Amino acid sequence: MTQLKADHLHKDFGGLTALVDVTLEVKSGERRAIIGPNGAGKTTFFKLLAGEHIPTSGRVYFDGQDITHLPVHARANLGLSHTFQRNNLFFDLTVFENVRLAVQHHRRLAWQMFKSAGSYQAINEETEKILSQLGLSDHRQQLARHLAYGQQRSLEVALALATEPRALLLDEPTAGMSPAETAEMAKFIESLPRSLTMLIVEHDMDVVFSLADRITALHYGQVIAEGSPEEVRSNPMVQEIYLGTQSAVKRHL
Amino acid sequence: MTSLLANFRRWQFWLTLIGLIALVIYPNVASSYLISLLTEVFVFAIFAMSLDLLLGYSGLSSFGHAAFFGLGGYILGFVARNWTANMFITLPIVLIGSALGALIIGFFALRTSGLSFLMFTLAASQMFFGIAIKWTAVTGGSDGLSGIPRPTIGVGDTVYRFGTGFQFYFVALIFFLIAFWLMRQLVHSPFGRALIGIKSNEARMKALGYNTWRYKMMAFTLAGVFAGLSGYLFAYFNRHVSPETFYWTTSGQVMIMVIIGGAGSLTGPALGAVLVRLLPSYVSSYTERWHAIMGLVFILFVLFAPQGIIGLLKKVGRVSNSPNEP
Repeated sequence: MTQLKADHLHKDFGGLTALVDVTLEVKSGERRAIIGPNGAGKTTFFKLLAGEHIPTSGRVYFDGQDITHLPVHARANLGLSHTFQRNNLFFDLTVFENVRLAVQHHRRLAWQMFKSAGSYQAINEETEKILSQLGLSDHRQQLARHLAYGQQRSLEVALALATEPRALLLDEPTAGMSPAETAEMAKFIESLPRSLTMLIVEHDMDVVFSLADRITALHYGQVIAEGSPEEVRSNPMVQEIYLGTQSAVKRHL
Repeated sequence: MTSLLANFRRWQFWLTLIGLIALVIYPNVASSYLISLLTEVFVFAIFAMSLDLLLGYSGLSSFGHAAFFGLGGYILGFVARNWTANMFITLPIVLIGSALGALIIGFFALRTSGLSFLMFTLAASQMFFGIAIKWTAVTGGSDGLSGIPRPTIGVGDTVYRFGTGFQFYFVALIFFLIAFWLMRQLVHSPFGRALIGIKSNEARMKALGYNTWRYKMMAFTLAGVFAGLSGYLFAYFNRHVSPETFYWTTSGQVMIMVIIGGAGSLTGPALGAVLVRLLPSYVSSYTERWHAIMGLVFILFVLFAPQGIIGLLKKVGRVSNSPNEP
């Protein structure tokens, strides 16, 4: 069953065309990677799905519902969650507080105005669970800004997961991470439940080829290839674009 | 760390208890002038804490908070002069009236943010000031509404009247304690944490699914209600309400209380109200240039204690509690 669908998406920024007629269907439970060189329109495409931009024309569907003009928070409440390319955390709050904000909303307790937030055991337990899943338990009382970069990246994913989404959009989850951290993050993403639909924009080809069920390649705002990792890998156009530009891809080609 | 926190809490508990006892004894030994001074402090402490909900917790820089202070006073003045001064009736009317005022202003103001929000709230409160001056039939024009009767409580024939400054002192004290307690619960609740989240990073809150606009509307309305309550008490206290309660200097003064006291702590702005209301009456007995002294104090705080009084107290507390920690 199709869970996430981009239907003839078109996006202009003033005179600049960023996306041209992009159509894409992601099945429920599928792990889809979007690849492409810099400026291919990956981020623009991602933001149209996440609700940070509105397309010039075309539609976005989630579970058959037209969400093209739905604001970010409404998409999140439907179960479509996303992470940010640059860490976008509550930097002046503790790690625990960061995750708790996500959990208390998901548990529909965020409008409670009288009892202390700390007295809700269900929230505390779920927050602890998520922190330990991402190896952040020891840092719970640290301010998010004092975390190491890789840990901030983990927290970025933790926040998106804490809303228990049905589909998760990941914007370069390993950007700026060390090779060891990247491997760990890839392992973690792989360990997420298979029922969770994922769309991942990623530069690291090791991560892409190890995680994705299907890959879509963008170039100059257009889809130039789509298929299984093997199909995309052997696609002549993909090879031509990537040859000599990214050794990581060459290694996989 | 935990034991330090426990120490601090125990210390806080005893201080609160001693403070409460002192506040009950105080009017029995102080002159009526000193009683009225502290009554005024309670009223302005509620006002300052209500602004702190916006400034310190939600990150909304309202420069028109006087709109609700004045609104509370004028609604009371109108009702008490034309109908009854019974608090069982006047209080709900004022609270609902301030809430409606805040809902309407908030509905438009919260479409903006940052500097435009500040300007919009300022303009809204100045508009109220203009109405208070011009709509003489209802507001008494530039004279305001005078001869507001003393508050009473009761049902039917059993009515108690708070006829003296001594009695009204306790009315203000009780309202202050209730307001402080309610706002304290609020800022520690999940809703209060959500406001802090919005102040910290609104875009991320939206990504988590929070409809941040609704939260800000609620915060703005609640802050308006508490500001209205303080204006209501102020009008009872003075038995008079004037257009100046709407004027931007009133918004400025309460903002200074929050900043000097330390935004985002509730206790801080309450202490800020103490300093800003008491210092002038103290200094003015020595010099007529007390405005300059107040200005100097404000500048010193902004430069050397940006976290305000509460920041200074915390620093002192940390040093005396744990000499080893930086």
